Amino acid sequence: MKRLLILTASAAAIAAGAAIAQDNELIIVSWGGAYSNSQIKAYHEPYTEKTGVKILNEDKSANALAGIRSQVEAGNVTWDVVDMLQADAQRACDEGLVLEIDHDEWLAPAPDGTPASEDFIEGTLGPCFIPQILYATMFAYNTEAFPDGGPQTLEDVWDLEKFPGSRSLQQIPQKNLEWALIADGVETDQVYEVLATPEGQDRAFAKLDEIKGNVIWWTEGAQPPQMLADREVVIATAYNGRIFNAQVNEDQPFEIMWDHQMFETDGWVVPVDTGNEETIKDYLRFATDTQRLADQAKYISYGPARNSSASEVGMFEGTDIDMKPHMPTSPENLKTAIPFDVQFWADYGDSLEERFNAWVAG
Amino acid sequence: MALPAYTTTAERVWHYAFGIICALIFFFLVAPIVVIIPLSFNAQPYFTFTKEMLSFDPDGYSLRWYNALLGSNEWMSSIRNSFIISISSTVIATSLGTLAALGLNRPNMPARGIITAVLISPMIVPLIITAAALFSFFARVGLSNTFPGIILAHVVLGTPFVVLTVTASLAGFNETLIRASQSLGANQTTTFFKVILPLLLPGVIAGALFAFVTSLDEVVIVNFMAGPEQTPMTVRMFSGLREEISPTILALASLLVAMSILLLTTLELIRRRNERLRGMTPG
Amino acid sequence: MASRDRPQKQELLLAADGTPLKTALRRSQAIERRRAFMLVAPLLFFLLIVFVVPIIAMTWRSVHNPEIRDYLPQTAAALQEWDEEDVPPEPVFQGMAADMIVGVEKRTIGRAAARINREIPGARSTMMRTSREVDEWSAPYREKFLDLDEDWANLEFWRILKRESRVVTPTYYLLAVDYEYNSQGEIAPRPEVYQIYKQLFFRTAWMSLLITGLCIVLAYPISYLIATQPARTANLLLILVLLPFWTSLLVRTSAWIVLLQQQGVINEMLVALGIIDPSGRLRMIYNSTGTIVAMTHILLPFMVLPLYSVMKTIPPSYLRAAKSLGAHPFRAWWRVYFPLTVPGLAAGCILVFILAIGYYITPALVGGDSGIFISNLIADNMQGSSAQLKLASALATILLVAVLLVYWAFNKLVGVDKLKFG
Repeated sequence: MKRLLILTASAAAIAAGAAIAQDNELIIVSWGGAYSNSQIKAYHEPYTEKTGVKILNEDKSANALAGIRSQVEAGNVTWDVVDMLQADAQRACDEGLVLEIDHDEWLAPAPDGTPASEDFIEGTLGPCFIPQILYATMFAYNTEAFPDGGPQTLEDVWDLEKFPGSRSLQQIPQKNLEWALIADGVETDQVYEVLATPEGQDRAFAKLDEIKGNVIWWTEGAQPPQMLADREVVIATAYNGRIFNAQVNEDQPFEIMWDHQMFETDGWVVPVDTGNEETIKDYLRFATDTQRLADQAKYISYGPARNSSASEVGMFEGTDIDMKPHMPTSPENLKTAIPFDVQFWADYGDSLEERFNAWVAG
Repeated sequence: MALPAYTTTAERVWHYAFGIICALIFFFLVAPIVVIIPLSFNAQPYFTFTKEMLSFDPDGYSLRWYNALLGSNEWMSSIRNSFIISISSTVIATSLGTLAALGLNRPNMPARGIITAVLISPMIVPLIITAAALFSFFARVGLSNTFPGIILAHVVLGTPFVVLTVTASLAGFNETLIRASQSLGANQTTTFFKVILPLLLPGVIAGALFAFVTSLDEVVIVNFMAGPEQTPMTVRMFSGLREEISPTILALASLLVAMSILLLTTLELIRRRNERLRGMTPG
Repeated sequence: MASRDRPQKQELLLAADGTPLKTALRRSQAIERRRAFMLVAPLLFFLLIVFVVPIIAMTWRSVHNPEIRDYLPQTAAALQEWDEEDVPPEPVFQGMAADMIVGVEKRTIGRAAARINREIPGARSTMMRTSREVDEWSAPYREKFLDLDEDWANLEFWRILKRESRVVTPTYYLLAVDYEYNSQGEIAPRPEVYQIYKQLFFRTAWMSLLITGLCIVLAYPISYLIATQPARTANLLLILVLLPFWTSLLVRTSAWIVLLQQQGVINEMLVALGIIDPSGRLRMIYNSTGTIVAMTHILLPFMVLPLYSVMKTIPPSYLRAAKSLGAHPFRAWWRVYFPLTVPGLAAGCILVFILAIGYYITPALVGGDSGIFISNLIADNMQGSSAQLKLASALATILLVAVLLVYWAFNKLVGVDKLKFG
């Protein structure tokens, strides 16, 4: 075995030239589609222009935690910066897969001098995590499917008689189980308490069973707007930015249902042992400053994670649409919103995902 | 095929029913592939025939999706990556596979059965298993996210086809030809190039084409192992099909259908030449 | 060799250089053998290194379980003395405290916590919270642990820790067939809501059989037709089979998406013809129907080609002879023609079946949730934030064994070298 490894290693030496990321190159992992596009426009292109560092995009954020795990375990880390959800970032941090970050040392202060650790919205910074945006996941529908008015509440989503047609939900337990409990009458502030009990879990799955026959599952953020547009489904959960882009760029007749939407933080982590730390730090300092975060909102309707960026949010690029009311953080939209519980899902994610996958395929 | 005069009515009915059944099965085989070609000229971003298309209104058709394909840096670089990977892996797989087939064909080959089984096994083992095994292994030796890694993986997948086709073309091969050549004074090298190779060539070319197509069409392994710099067109197509199905994919699909027709023609020509060489009637 | 012991009455035959002919022959045959082997050797060794070794490594990974031993070594050692009856004694907690201090320092404590959290949801938080406090404590530790969090008194937690400190574990194979260790440490079926893999193995086998069956039904008539046509027509018809065979798998799958989806060609046609209502469009894709239709189409050529190559060799006169001897046409066909096609049928069936049970791409694209195969679950366990690479390895190993069994049977019955393409 060992000798074979050595033999193969010599074959690998040929490849080594290609494997080692050059100093003036960064491999950045993100979500693809409209979201990556907003990062390219707001962060990557200006950074490349400023420094000449070439940025390569890889659309693997949906599998980022597994990817970092296997790269670190194999001792061959190729990703430089990874866009991740806060819950996954927490797990990666606990497992020692990503660098711990001194936010004030790494990140630029606000224009008025407020240090980074105080400028980011409270509760969004993690020991290994630099937040970029707050986004919401909520239900949206195609208005053409409901000439007499679309669904307004979670109960309506479950009402297959009043609102017939297929629904599309994301193929993960996160958020779906919370919504199922709320639609079943659980109070918003008790959702996670209930979901931690076996009875609560049974209850959530039973509620989802009611609509399971009418659900088409999605896995990539670009799918729900596509399915809504094709009328493959009439109601779908989606990231608010994707729906907004479809409304504005493609003139789709979509409507967002701002009821019990769940908001969550998305941001950067840096895997350990990239061997490229200086360039990465320089990039992150640039890409997470007040102006850049506000710039991103020109391309997608996600709320910047810095307080100082909020006032800088302007118009949607190339239009006269004010982005502020479309932000998931705008007070008008926040009335019934639920914050996504990162700790709960770090603890219960594995077992609920297993159960969920068995439930979906069964 | 005319029916003989003595057939009964029942046989007659069965004969025509059989013809219709076969026609339907052939339709099932070919129609799905043919249908995407006109759809790739759709002027609208839909996956179905528009009214304009059905009435053969020229406005219903356009080269829009071909322009989108050929004008996109991402698509073009992924097509280039695909060809880099397939051509390199085909060359290596063909060399290794041909040598091995020559060895297997020798009368004195030891442990022929078990070795053949090992050489063919990459074709039998499900791709997802190969992917799972190579994914971790290549990560460990630093080959993941590199061209050499993907190429080596595709060599593994391609060699069984070369071994099989070359072995098949050697099956009718007459050992005495080699002896005749040698007794006429040719050395081994001359014998190889003047006698063995021409007879072998059709098998080698067919095997190489198989290896090439296998690599060009492979999604599972590259999906796990390709980094952004190696992304081949299949991975882009795969994620495109999962996310937003744009007719751009149909444009690429139509081009691939055209390519498979080309390959098929090549193979057919090789087969005919082969049969001529062996003095068999075409059939 | 037995001949050596026999009394040698005769003079031995000698080769030109004076060695016995038998020896010379054997030597020259050995050289020939070596030469033949040298030709095969490059590919053989290449495949051993780049294919066989990685697969063996994968199989090893499916039972290799070093996390607890590596990240909580002192706890694991101290637990060996524990009687499993009561909350463990001080030495175990002492070990845990020491392991935690090292684990926080090296940032590996979360890996142990993640491993245990799979068995007991919430154990992760307990461990992480404790590990942040433990460096300020001093012996005795037991009370301090128990005061901080009552979860430390959970016997199941300690039993799992003790059990999973073995480096080689069957845990992942148990999971792969929907079994687990229960709280008493016995092997028992998992709660029903978690069961999935057994069902998927059966579904994969059953749907592959169904697809194989459909392929027989569709391939038999057209193979017969091609085999009985004059050469020119036969070649033309054969091209209709070979075209899909040579067309990219992704192209064929996208073709089926185009045809079958709710806004697709078939539904649009049915609506336009007034056969179905626009609101009653058929769901023919993103379910098991989609998988079966698309895979039957994709695998059909693998059935036609071996069948055709066998049928081509059967003289039509056999059937005529049977009929002229008075057999009913069906009886003649069943008793004379069909048995002769069995070898081709067997080759086609095993080929289609073997390819079908390992399919991934097509079910992933058109299978929705009722049409996915075990391969898709293997892929899921390689990705996603709850990925279990080891479970994926265990599932893959089981699938591999199944495939190799079929392959072995195929090799026995038909012989791999009989496989032909094009």
